[in-house]
Amino acid sequence: MDLLEYQGKQLFARHGIPVPEGQPARTVDEAVAAAKEIGFPCAVKAQVKIGGRGKAGGIKIANNEDEAREHANAILGMDIKGFTVHELWIEGASQIEAEYYTSIVFDRGAKAPLFMLSTKGGMDIEEVAESDPKAIASLHVDPLIGFQDFHGRRLAFEAGVDADLVRPIGAFLHKLYATFVAEEATLVEVNPLIVTPERDVKALDAKVTLDDSALFRHPDNAQLRDPSAEDPQEQMAKERGLTYVKLDGDIGILGNGAGLVMSTLDVVAQFGGKPANFLYAGGGSKAEAITSAVEVILSNESVKAVLFNIFGGITRCDEVANGLVEAFNQINPQVPFVVRLDGTNDVEGRKILAEASLPNVHTASTMDEAAQKVVELAKGGSA
Amino acid sequence: MAVLVDKDTKLVVSGITGREGTFHAMNNKRYGTQVVAGVTPGKGGQDVEGVPVFDTFHEAVDKTGANTAMVFVPPRFAADSILEAQDAGIALVIAITEGIPAHDELRVYNHLKNTGTRLVGPNCPGILSPGKANVGIIPASFFKEGNVGVVSRSGTLTYQIGNTLAQQGFGNSSIVGIGGDPVPGSSFVDVIELFEADPETELIVMAGEIGGDAEERAAEYIKANVSKPVVAYIAGFTAPPGKTMGHAGAIVSGSKGTAAAKAETLEANGVRVGRTPTQVAEIAMEILGA
Repeated sequence: MDLLEYQGKQLFARHGIPVPEGQPARTVDEAVAAAKEIGFPCAVKAQVKIGGRGKAGGIKIANNEDEAREHANAILGMDIKGFTVHELWIEGASQIEAEYYTSIVFDRGAKAPLFMLSTKGGMDIEEVAESDPKAIASLHVDPLIGFQDFHGRRLAFEAGVDADLVRPIGAFLHKLYATFVAEEATLVEVNPLIVTPERDVKALDAKVTLDDSALFRHPDNAQLRDPSAEDPQEQMAKERGLTYVKLDGDIGILGNGAGLVMSTLDVVAQFGGKPANFLYAGGGSKAEAITSAVEVILSNESVKAVLFNIFGGITRCDEVANGLVEAFNQINPQVPFVVRLDGTNDVEGRKILAEASLPNVHTASTMDEAAQKVVELAKGGSA
Repeated sequence: MAVLVDKDTKLVVSGITGREGTFHAMNNKRYGTQVVAGVTPGKGGQDVEGVPVFDTFHEAVDKTGANTAMVFVPPRFAADSILEAQDAGIALVIAITEGIPAHDELRVYNHLKNTGTRLVGPNCPGILSPGKANVGIIPASFFKEGNVGVVSRSGTLTYQIGNTLAQQGFGNSSIVGIGGDPVPGSSFVDVIELFEADPETELIVMAGEIGGDAEERAAEYIKANVSKPVVAYIAGFTAPPGKTMGHAGAIVSGSKGTAAAKAETLEANGVRVGRTPTQVAEIAMEILGA
């Protein structure tokens, strides 16, 4: 789960990382009231989960109440790269002497957190990595030992941090690592990490991704999810425990297991079809999960035909078949289905489907045949 | 011969008393796997269809000589269970559990690499050595003994590819699911190394997917170290960038990690890549003959 900037900053503040004072606002009036309390000049910042807000006009400095109102008015509701701004963060404007960059990411290759620091902050770090890779100092932290003071010194010296800042930067990085571990993040990024004229260091931005699988240990963080920011079908799927990604085609896809569904999308595309979604019911799907999945797929009005591609391991084909029969009883779909069932209890599953003889449900014995049939049906042909 | 699990495997199942744990442990037992014990804290002294249940892994190992563990407990207990199995001296831990927190996986991996214990998974379907042993949830009836070793990041895709190969008449030495999580206990390289050394395996099939660089690492390893032919499949050619495709590990970000980039790297290192599971089987036929 990605956090908004201000949610990340509030998390940072809880771990003693210095951040500018600020307040969130959902309306223009709230924004103006926050600005008056914080004092001028202050920054009015769009809260969206996408980079490049500044360039898009989503961050403005207000020197007085009128400007605060004007900026809040302009930014709320603004579209930034497809994301609508529903929330603002008002914070005291910071004086900036230098801008650094730092981040901790999960490095799957090394199977350890990768810590990076650069004195070339404020801009797109991928560009820096490209044009001046030596400007980025990096090291892996052994997760069994955790962050040590030497890690901080090494990063700071190698990045070329001014001598008087080596200690405060080290302390900052230490707290950032503590946040990464304690909150079970998979990414924390601060760009820019600023140095003020008083030689203090502060996080002027915060990008945090939390591990969804660990949210059960962090009930406060779990509350930060903002359902209004998500696609309605993806949200509906999530509420029902399904993994759904909307795509722009017209063939609804359901499979069991992420790999098989990815492969199904590829095979459908090879036969000239365009998938409308990625959806998989997790291991051991019960009948009701299948019913929910059919509802989610059909809630997308572009869908002209649906492909069920099941190769059961932990998933049992008889339960999938029962779920499909139940879905037809409840929803009565108006589009054709192609069903391929193989794996655990497949004989029972096929028998259930044969006995139910659902209208407009076709069966296929291989994945290729199923993909071919569904593509023809979506084009209005008969299978 | 086979890799990792065979007739000598003595399996202890953590989570054997749960609904899924019982179902699949008994499936494994019926297949012929020596399922010697279960572990469920607080249920020691009971049995599941004749398999004795113990409170701790240590007791299970002491009493039964178990050498392999299958972990089937819910995500919040899984890391603890893997670590307990290692502490009890289990040499191979196969973790089926999906949804283990990433930081737990990180600690487990980094601890286990300093011990003699090998972890396969988590979030994997297990390992099947046809005719010898099945540990996990792979539907074994689709596969028979043979000379093709399969290693895959995805469970269901493993079945699909194994089945496509079976329809062309191929059997398998072993089928190893390494799992779709960002921190898998065993990588393609670890398993390919075993297949290279296994006399029964004549062809290696690896099934990867978008995200990470495990396939690229495997490509380099194969070029430098593997004499047997390797055929690869990559799922996710049509996956849009920036979206997580179900597996925590399967996300395309930027240009790296795409299916096209992986296929290109593999091909540049002498590994043939099938664009669909059916093509993989066709390439296998070309190499081994039907």
